Amino acid sequence: MKRLRAWFLAPSWTVMLTLFLAPLVIVCAYSFLTRGVYGGISPPWTLESYQRLADPIYLAILWRSFWVAGISTILCLLLGFPLALFVSRSGKRKNLYLSLVILPFWTSFLVRTYAWMFLLRDTGLVNTALQKLGLIHDPLPLLYNNGAVVLGLVYGYLPFMVLPLYATLERLDPNLLEAAADLGARPWVTLTRVVVPLCAPGIRAGTILVFIPCLGAYLTPDLLGGGKSVMIGNLIQNQFTNARDWPFGSAISLTLMVIVMALLMTFIRRDQEALL
Amino acid sequence: MKRRGLALTIYALAAYLFLHLPLLILAAFSFNQSRFTVWQGFSMHWYHAALEDSQLMEASWNSLIIATVATVASTIIGTLCAYGLWKRSSPVLAGSLYLSLVTPEIVTGISLLAFYQWIFRFLRVQLGMHTVILAHTAFSIAYVVVIVIARLRTMDGQLEEAALDLGANEWQAFRHVTLPVILPGVIAAALLAFTVSFDDYVITSLVAGVNSETLPMVIYAIARRGVNPVVNAISALIVVGFGSLILLSERLRTT
Repeated sequence: MKRLRAWFLAPSWTVMLTLFLAPLVIVCAYSFLTRGVYGGISPPWTLESYQRLADPIYLAILWRSFWVAGISTILCLLLGFPLALFVSRSGKRKNLYLSLVILPFWTSFLVRTYAWMFLLRDTGLVNTALQKLGLIHDPLPLLYNNGAVVLGLVYGYLPFMVLPLYATLERLDPNLLEAAADLGARPWVTLTRVVVPLCAPGIRAGTILVFIPCLGAYLTPDLLGGGKSVMIGNLIQNQFTNARDWPFGSAISLTLMVIVMALLMTFIRRDQEALL
Repeated sequence: MKRRGLALTIYALAAYLFLHLPLLILAAFSFNQSRFTVWQGFSMHWYHAALEDSQLMEASWNSLIIATVATVASTIIGTLCAYGLWKRSSPVLAGSLYLSLVTPEIVTGISLLAFYQWIFRFLRVQLGMHTVILAHTAFSIAYVVVIVIARLRTMDGQLEEAALDLGANEWQAFRHVTLPVILPGVIAAALLAFTVSFDDYVITSLVAGVNSETLPMVIYAIARRGVNPVVNAISALIVVGFGSLILLSERLRTT
């Protein structure tokens, strides 16, 4: 019995150890080494890469990443909550409306980001339409700024917010709403004092599910930010390609991993049942 | 209360437009005759151009091969893993699978790159299709495990016990009792793994060699230079293809 189970788990153990955990260990080791003359790595062991993270230029990028990811998460929450509420109150058509939220998420992330480039660029649909209508003369600079990055992230990760919100709203006892109404609470008061507090686990889950990928985003800031709004992900990529500073790139990666894991840990500690 | 309901409905309509309109517009303009964002009549021109572009076609072929091999590998490994974990949990393995799901792609990518470069010191190998396939297999397993284990949890564990009582050995019980029950979940997981693999840019671009350019890499390179109607056409095809795969997968997952 036990031996067969070992065979079932052996392939995944092998793959995870060699192609996921070992690479992370290597990155961890590299982050404490020195940059080689032609890129790559060389001894001695040092903490220099981590000390360089305190440089104002890099702190600014870290700060921007947190800021962009934070704004995107808040927007996802504000936009996602009413949508989840709508889906949870749709009776028989719940599943259809939920699928309509999830469907775009599973169509290529790259294509969806590209679609926004198509809409927002200087000669894109939005600018062309506004010009035809005579509302503007020169095209608005919609693409290649922080705003475009936030828009791309919100568009990309909104389903991650709606799903857990929907799951908690779905389990909400309708009698509680009636009770609140019977006791004289207006709809708005019921929403803010009863529904939202009861949805706290869903809000926390959605926040973490959106914030983590936004923080580590690479594709969206690169395509929609156009190099003007560099985030942690782009900084890491640059260290491994153009800058050829592997130890520094590794140190940033590890820092990002530690932040991600810390966020997850605080979440798991509070809402164990939400994950399992 | 009634008016609030109307407001909510209007809001939801706007939200759905926000979610779907960009892709619909992109698809519509892939049929535009002009290369500019002004409608000048229906044309299949960009589709012909896309099909005749040898670089795009070669990259699509690479993507298909990579996604197919990685899907088969990760579905088999992931299904066995889900079954093993369902029988008895293994917090360390489950934990590293979850960790691989939340690790930012860029970190997964550069750590694989560093790992490969380190291995290549001892072996005479280079980056290429094989490194991409291995990478894709690794990151798809977690998706497969999550979906298949969800399916296993809805299954009646006594079915298998009955098979064992009736004299089947463990492998027979898995092969002839459990597997048929969870098969829809396994296929759903495979379809999902395929789309995830086919779409990946970040990890792929880091571990691909000169001869293993994938479709997302070509699209990305064109997109960085600006908008190109050929990409609109390819994008529309991808959206339709992915959409049908996912709808199929959803249907299977819920049956």
